[in-house]
Amino acid sequence: MAEVAEIAINVKNLNVWYGSFQALKDINLEVEKNQVTALIGPSGCGKSTLLRCFNRMNELIPGARVGGQVMFAGTNLYDASVDPTEIRSRIGMVFQKPNPFPKSIYQNVAFGLKVNGYQGNVDEAVERSLRRAALWEEVKDRLGTSAFKLSGGQQQRLCIARALAVEPEIVLMDEPASALDPIATLAIEDLIRELAPEVTIIIVTHNMQQAARVSDYTAFLMVSEERSGYLVEYGPTSQIFTNPKEERTEAYITGRFS
Amino acid sequence: MSIASNTPSAFRRTGRRRAAFQEKLVKRIFFLCALVSVLTTLGILGTLLNEAIKFFLDVPVWSFLTGTQWSPLFSPPYQSFGVLPLVAGTLLITTVAAAVALPVGLATAIFLSEYAPERVRKTIKPILEVLAGIPTVVYGFFALTFVTPMLQKVLPELLVFNALSAGLVMGLMIVPMVSSLSEDAMLAVPRSLREAAYALGATRIQVSLRVVVPAALSGIVAAFILALSRAIGETMLVTIAAGATPKLTLNPMESIQTMTAYIVQVSLGEAVHGSLEFRTIFAVGFLLFIMTLVMNVLGYFVVRRWREKY
Repeated sequence: MAEVAEIAINVKNLNVWYGSFQALKDINLEVEKNQVTALIGPSGCGKSTLLRCFNRMNELIPGARVGGQVMFAGTNLYDASVDPTEIRSRIGMVFQKPNPFPKSIYQNVAFGLKVNGYQGNVDEAVERSLRRAALWEEVKDRLGTSAFKLSGGQQQRLCIARALAVEPEIVLMDEPASALDPIATLAIEDLIRELAPEVTIIIVTHNMQQAARVSDYTAFLMVSEERSGYLVEYGPTSQIFTNPKEERTEAYITGRFS
Repeated sequence: MSIASNTPSAFRRTGRRRAAFQEKLVKRIFFLCALVSVLTTLGILGTLLNEAIKFFLDVPVWSFLTGTQWSPLFSPPYQSFGVLPLVAGTLLITTVAAAVALPVGLATAIFLSEYAPERVRKTIKPILEVLAGIPTVVYGFFALTFVTPMLQKVLPELLVFNALSAGLVMGLMIVPMVSSLSEDAMLAVPRSLREAAYALGATRIQVSLRVVVPAALSGIVAAFILALSRAIGETMLVTIAAGATPKLTLNPMESIQTMTAYIVQVSLGEAVHGSLEFRTIFAVGFLLFIMTLVMNVLGYFVVRRWREKY
């Protein structure tokens, strides 16, 4: 890399426990700004747990504990003085299964604006967000209808629009296409590529081809004998997929285990 | 079938026939049990209708429904069959009870489902359920001998028997019903919706009021309506604490009489069996039945209309 890249999130010695079970062990990771970073690895390796450390969603689970640091914009997210709701309005999230609110399309996108006390023109912000999520043309004539009337792929793009509406610096995506058909999946992938220049995206995926297609950087995690997740290798996606340093990475990527 | 015929005689066919007979018998017994409640309902409705029709042969329905003077036990020149004072008394108590039970019950439900840690929830829920199991006569004496004297310290002109105290205690009585049913509805809201809201930077109260309550609204409204029907039909508490003076008033400080309390009064022997005075209770009872029925039907439609499906 020629120029010094800007760091969006810097993870230092991160450990996560659920009760007495250690889910993540000594994770160190620097996520670059306005790039797409994929987290890959076998089931149970803690990819989603790691993702949820970036917007403090883990603490909604009783018994979850986090040790170490997640540096974002110069502060440690786990500092006592940090308000998790403020963090979550700056670091958005899209979930595995589309989870629109049982409200209208418009209300779904406007929700984040309202809870964050948005001062500007809500109509404009809703339109802008739907356009950015490549959904505007499909829904502009029926903003008042229930979000549940949309197809699964449209619902997921609505969830992306909803996350984008609050103008987050980072968007976390937890297997955003795993519940969708191949065409809807491609639409989501295109969208991720389009968003990348303006927003940092961290995506968890089970699908190796997807990671190769959409991401600039890839982090490969594995499960230790004690069932804790740890980071095996992290680097530019092209390097991870064509010339991994670790044999385990190569074994996983070529499908020798999963 | 072919498998059975190929299998040697290890199976005793007589045993199987007996099992089939038992199955049939059990089905019959269960059906009869189900029939008991249906027949009871029909029986009650029949008795009510029969006596109410006899009553309405003497007193026109319209003057019964619109009359503002209720004095059926007086002698003829002063006798009057206008049911409105009783209806007003019932609605007055129900309104006071609703003003207590709906906010307190809903807030309790939100606390239990969205705020309370598992341990606190497991402690409070059984206590609430005990509250629901206290006999209503106890609530009546609680209202009369504890709440009324306490209220009289603040409101000296309050009568011993009054709608306010009975209504307040009635409200407390139905809080568990509102909170328990509302909480069930809220717990049924998928976690993914809460997560979506939290991930947008919503605070706990915003998640509760803007996501969980709207999504659970049909269940919450159903809880409200069930609790209010219960309040309309409640008898013992109001008989003891609200008084026995039918009065067309909206002032909760006064002594009133509800429809149910009137039925108790007459049932206790204030009128001769089979007389016109006696039949008033069937007319009042029938009206009460219609009122709760309308509430329940209304609830059913409201729930279907407002449902936020998830």
